[in-house]
Amino acid sequence: MGKTIDVMSLYPKDMNIYGDSGNVLTIRRRLELYGYEPVIHQYNQGDDWPDHVDLILGGGGQDSGQSKIIDDFFKRADLIRSLAFHGTPMLMICGMYQLFGEYFETVEGSRLEGIGVIGAYTIGKDVRMIGNLVEHSDDFGDIIGYENHSGQTFLREGTSPLGSVDEEGRGNNGEDFTEGARFNNVIGTYMHGSLLPKNPLIADFLIRNAVERRYGELNDGRLATDAQTPDQAAELARLDEVAAKAREVAAARPR
Amino acid sequence: MAWNSFATPLIGKGVRWASRTLHHGGSAFPGKIVETIDPTFLARTLAQLPLGVVLVSGTNGKTTTTRMVASMLSDLGLKVFTNPTGSNFTRGVVSALLQTVSLAGRLDADIAVLELDEAYAVHFVHQVRPRYSLLLNVMRDQLDRFGEIDNTARLLGKAAAATDGTVVLNREDPRIARLARLAPAGTGVRYFGLSDDLKRFFPSDDDMATTVSVEGETSAASPSVAGSSASAGSEAALPADVTLTAVGDHAATFLMDGDEHHTDVRLEGVYNLYNAAAALAVVRAVRRDAIARTPSVAGASAGTPVSDFRARLRRFAQAKDDDLIAAVSRVTPAFGRGEVIDVNGSPTELLLVKNPMGFRLSLASFPPEGADTMIVINDEYADGRDMSWLWDVDFTSLRETGVAQVSGVRAWDMALRLGYDQVPVGAVDTDIDAALAAFVARNPGTRKHIYCTYTAMLKVRAALGRIAHVADAGVGK
Repeated sequence: MGKTIDVMSLYPKDMNIYGDSGNVLTIRRRLELYGYEPVIHQYNQGDDWPDHVDLILGGGGQDSGQSKIIDDFFKRADLIRSLAFHGTPMLMICGMYQLFGEYFETVEGSRLEGIGVIGAYTIGKDVRMIGNLVEHSDDFGDIIGYENHSGQTFLREGTSPLGSVDEEGRGNNGEDFTEGARFNNVIGTYMHGSLLPKNPLIADFLIRNAVERRYGELNDGRLATDAQTPDQAAELARLDEVAAKAREVAAARPR
Repeated sequence: MAWNSFATPLIGKGVRWASRTLHHGGSAFPGKIVETIDPTFLARTLAQLPLGVVLVSGTNGKTTTTRMVASMLSDLGLKVFTNPTGSNFTRGVVSALLQTVSLAGRLDADIAVLELDEAYAVHFVHQVRPRYSLLLNVMRDQLDRFGEIDNTARLLGKAAAATDGTVVLNREDPRIARLARLAPAGTGVRYFGLSDDLKRFFPSDDDMATTVSVEGETSAASPSVAGSSASAGSEAALPADVTLTAVGDHAATFLMDGDEHHTDVRLEGVYNLYNAAAALAVVRAVRRDAIARTPSVAGASAGTPVSDFRARLRRFAQAKDDDLIAAVSRVTPAFGRGEVIDVNGSPTELLLVKNPMGFRLSLASFPPEGADTMIVINDEYADGRDMSWLWDVDFTSLRETGVAQVSGVRAWDMALRLGYDQVPVGAVDTDIDAALAAFVARNPGTRKHIYCTYTAMLKVRAALGRIAHVADAGVGK
């Protein structure tokens, strides 16, 4: 019997833009190649919450998407907060990153509450920050992606960013050189791209935490299970080589 | 009249000549100069058209549909001005007008059919009110330029609101069908649509199924066309002026006024058959107005001299639906929209891909079996810098055959995408010329599919032009 890992794609119908589903695909394929048995739960508003969730992935959305999921999201807020507090790994991109913060204030001044997992708030602006972006992180090295957002996010004191950016006019708010945020094993970020295919270290961070929480500490820290075949190991290495080349090209492209 | 009324055509032509001579190649450059020195040139020139302007916009299919409408109207006897393939910015229209007008600024045409991209459509309607707007669809495309898809729909809404004759809308795209309420009082609204059994072939953006979600379901439906429930909403009850009721290999059946018309077509790809329904609907709207403007045949006294325009208008007004269908059957594919080029004995299909849904539709329209596949992805401004869109395309239909060659600036992004979809990849080379040479040299005689983004297409065509005969790009006859 293989080791199952339950992965939840949060609101894929309404909060999935700019290829965020690529993150789900990446997690699923890497789990397979490490020798696990991934089960993907597509959770949309009104659905039953699955019995078991090891890892949660959320994407960006349009304003209309946010308003469609918001009631259900508040209904699930306590549950999600508790999972985050106890260390369930989560990756929240763009729109869901904003909703994981304290609140979002629109350009017109109306306020949309978040669920406060991440100590940050977002102010809507008329100007979008758009373009290729490389940010730097101690844990993940250079993170390669593409940002596209008009909300400016400000981190509360004590909240760690995911990474730092080199120039003004990019990242969380264009001013303080931060991008993204972390709380426990939750990562919030504006990076599309999709993020995980070109940043396998982040994918493996999420997988590692999901596996360890479910099955205990890993032997020698190795992610691969005994069920992993040599072919699977080789395919994983090949994917990472292709990712390395894609990263190199992406990092050299204009904004 | 301002000095520039006369000077503009001359200056524009001069700049055009200079820019061509200097090998700028960019068709919009003279337009840029004229937009600056003579901002009313566009409105003034188009105002001469007795039948006004047909504006065509939407995410997918603009170029082919514009070409169809222009070709049909011209086939049915009208003098048509249209902007050449791809130059769908106002500046491109100005440049094309400069090339066409006389030195006195006269535009010798009855009607203009103009393709405009969503953002420039707004810019355009601020200057010129179209008599007809044909709004095709809103899909995820170049969101880095337009923001969100709902915002794109709002842009098209501005075009609908500025139209003073007839707005023609895609009934099956909820965001487009909803624009009907924005049409001004007195402006007609017509729809083109699909019969229920065809809807699964034409998913709307809300039906976007990703590789993960498709495989997560037990449904046996084909991945690229899975699920179309979202588009079959309340709008389905609206009456369509033209309905596509059956599709075949280079064949289609259209329902108009209760009669089914079957025809062969030269267009490639099943999605172009639906574009043909759109084109038919707008041509019928133009014809409706032409009939209203033409005195009954009995009323026109024989022997009275009529102007050339009157004669053309009368002929056009008398065209029957069968004549319209015949005109559809004669339209040929546009640049990069299913062109087939013979390369060393291999029929080579050039397929322009620029957004997830377009890529999906192309993959569904051109089965990979028995063909070699190459994918060329660039990320210049015209292509869109963001590679995220590749992750919204489901490539699993290529698992069996694999992809022989991947190229373009972002070849490695594409290879990574295919890797995660478990599609075998032959070679990866960011150098398009080298990759193309290797690709066309293999398996002579075997059909080839080359999927390219916009700037990649330009490079591929240029490279193929050195190997084989490639027709001049553009709408030219």
